[in-house]
Amino acid sequence: MAAFLWGVFPYLAISCLVIGSVWRRVTRPLGWSAKSSEFFEKRWLSLASPLFHWGILCVLAGHVAGLLVPIGVYHALGVSDEVYHAFAMWAGGVAGLAASIGILLLGVRRAGVVRVRVNSTVGDWVALALLAAVVWTGTAMTIGYNAGFGPYEYRTTVGPWLRSVLALHPDVARMSGVPGLLQLHVILSFALFAATPFTRLVHVWSAPLRYPARSPILYRTRRHPSTGA
Amino acid sequence: MNVKAQIAMVMNLDKCIGCHTCSVTCKNTWTNRPGVEYAWFNNVETRPGPGYPNRWEDQEKYRGGWVKTGGTLRLRAGGAWSRLAHIFHNPDLPVLDDYYEPWTYDYENLLTSPEVPHQPVARPRSAVTGRPMDRPESGPNWDDDLAGGSETAAQDPNIDPLAVEIQLAYEQTFLMYLPRICEHCLNPACVAACPAGAIYKRDEDGIVLVDQEACRGWRFCVSACPYKKVYFNWRTHKAEKCHFCYPRIEAGLPTVCSETCVGRIRYLGPILYDADKVREAASVDREEELYEAQLGVFLNPHDPQVQAAARQAGISEAWIRAAQRSPVYRMAVEWKVALPLHPEYRTLPMVWYVPPLSPLLAGMDETEDIVDRVNRMRIPVEYLASILSAGDTAVIRRALLRLAAVRAWSRRVQLAEGGGAEIARAVGLTEQDLADMARMFAVSKYDERFVIPTADRNQANPAVQGGCSLDGIAPPEGRVSHASR
Repeated sequence: MAAFLWGVFPYLAISCLVIGSVWRRVTRPLGWSAKSSEFFEKRWLSLASPLFHWGILCVLAGHVAGLLVPIGVYHALGVSDEVYHAFAMWAGGVAGLAASIGILLLGVRRAGVVRVRVNSTVGDWVALALLAAVVWTGTAMTIGYNAGFGPYEYRTTVGPWLRSVLALHPDVARMSGVPGLLQLHVILSFALFAATPFTRLVHVWSAPLRYPARSPILYRTRRHPSTGA
Repeated sequence: MNVKAQIAMVMNLDKCIGCHTCSVTCKNTWTNRPGVEYAWFNNVETRPGPGYPNRWEDQEKYRGGWVKTGGTLRLRAGGAWSRLAHIFHNPDLPVLDDYYEPWTYDYENLLTSPEVPHQPVARPRSAVTGRPMDRPESGPNWDDDLAGGSETAAQDPNIDPLAVEIQLAYEQTFLMYLPRICEHCLNPACVAACPAGAIYKRDEDGIVLVDQEACRGWRFCVSACPYKKVYFNWRTHKAEKCHFCYPRIEAGLPTVCSETCVGRIRYLGPILYDADKVREAASVDREEELYEAQLGVFLNPHDPQVQAAARQAGISEAWIRAAQRSPVYRMAVEWKVALPLHPEYRTLPMVWYVPPLSPLLAGMDETEDIVDRVNRMRIPVEYLASILSAGDTAVIRRALLRLAAVRAWSRRVQLAEGGGAEIARAVGLTEQDLADMARMFAVSKYDERFVIPTADRNQANPAVQGGCSLDGIAPPEGRVSHASR
């Protein structure tokens, strides 16, 4: 079971994410969008959406810092474990709370505003539920576990495991002693990755980061590029 | 000189009877689909009035178009970085209720109702939620023909600054129709605001299109367009807009709204322009200068140097000849009776308007001087100037005078009264101009009103164009697959 959860399932999920995204982009490009419902309701959205999105972006940065950067780097830089965990709890806690409240409000809005609810698909609800589950378990881990049992040193367990997964040599044993809440968070996260290509979440691949660098007015020509300017 | 061509439009408001045929034929052709029931690529507004969507000209609210601040031109809603900062919630986006909640009726109930004491009714039902609506409270042209009286007329954003001068008392009231489509601007704010780079202007004919495969539904085009002529399809979650009936234009046919116009108020023809001068023209200091600046971007198709540069740019002889015959060029540039809609938005719009004379001169004292008559027009010149010339009344007055002169001149010629040359001189035109104007406005035939060279197919490659905006959303019957094509 452990071998499947920590050695096979992540690869299934990532494969699903990559192949599914490419498949959808190629076969159904017209359906690829941010799927905004702001046109129906913008007061709740003006609070909930920025709260969730900025929160989750900060959380993402925190995961890079906590999971992909080895603990040795922090030690080499002279960052003590106490300082690291205090910062991780406060910054991560605030970002996680923002995302948690944001996704809650987004859910209440989707259920409560008739125009939005009627025009919601199963995929929208699945994405919302998975995101809420991931964000809430993660925030509970960051704030609740820290407060109840003290900081958990994931930099020697989940971090190395994740890097071993990415290096295609999964070190399953690293996950054996990890608290159940955190294990659940990891599994839900990979389930979320797997579901992404089939939901509105595909818009994460469309972040328009090149936009500020481009010319404001765009022309296109009907002519064939090879036969005329 | 970077010559590009555009099929531009002029609408002669003097002849618009407000029948909405353009709106209905456009809707039947392009937007009778789920998701865009509320969207009218072409709509006709009664002015003064709030317009559609509600108070679209209120740029304090929607923050559309461009402004010049600190010597540089930028979108009123802010630069590219500010847009990315607001990507999770666009504060300027109009919502459905700013347009109206579209509905249909339970017609079936009329046929299937059992025998009941009272006549069965067809209840209105929302097209968005599918639920019954007890009382539709707004719709397109809710205030048609000043139906809302001084209540809705006073909501006209153009009235605000003129409140003192414009009387809405019944005895002094005035009315005009304003048919509106996408302006297919030379400096389109929607294009600049699109984070995905999905909106573009076509080199060959200036038509501004949304690439449906590239659109990610960020919605900034909707708020950035100061004319509110980009619509959000709530079903496909992508932007859609008037595409100037490009499949028809490519085939040399007029747009559906032009083709079906009962009053024959619409004119189509190519304009050659210098793409290198667009930004400079949009950046002039004073808003009143924008009209002249835009005229400065247009190129004279009779000038051999322009023709040579056009050929260099790959513009065909057919297009150059069409540009010389273009009714739009004659009305906008040679006679200066057609004017841009809200030039102060700095988008350099390409659908222009001949201002309406009101009332018709026939009802006025024939012996009175035409200048006096134009000054006594019922629609205040200031109101027209607020819509068509960024407040410059001299531009409006010149156009109205020339329109009045055509009538006065024609009358004298018809009745052999003489004195036609005087009239022409008084308004700064020749008698030939007045004769041409009389023909253009009154009797011009299909091929004079619509001068549309067919698109050059020799070099066309549909593959680089992106799909037709309706493909996949509403596949036409009998559609052939790419493989079998």
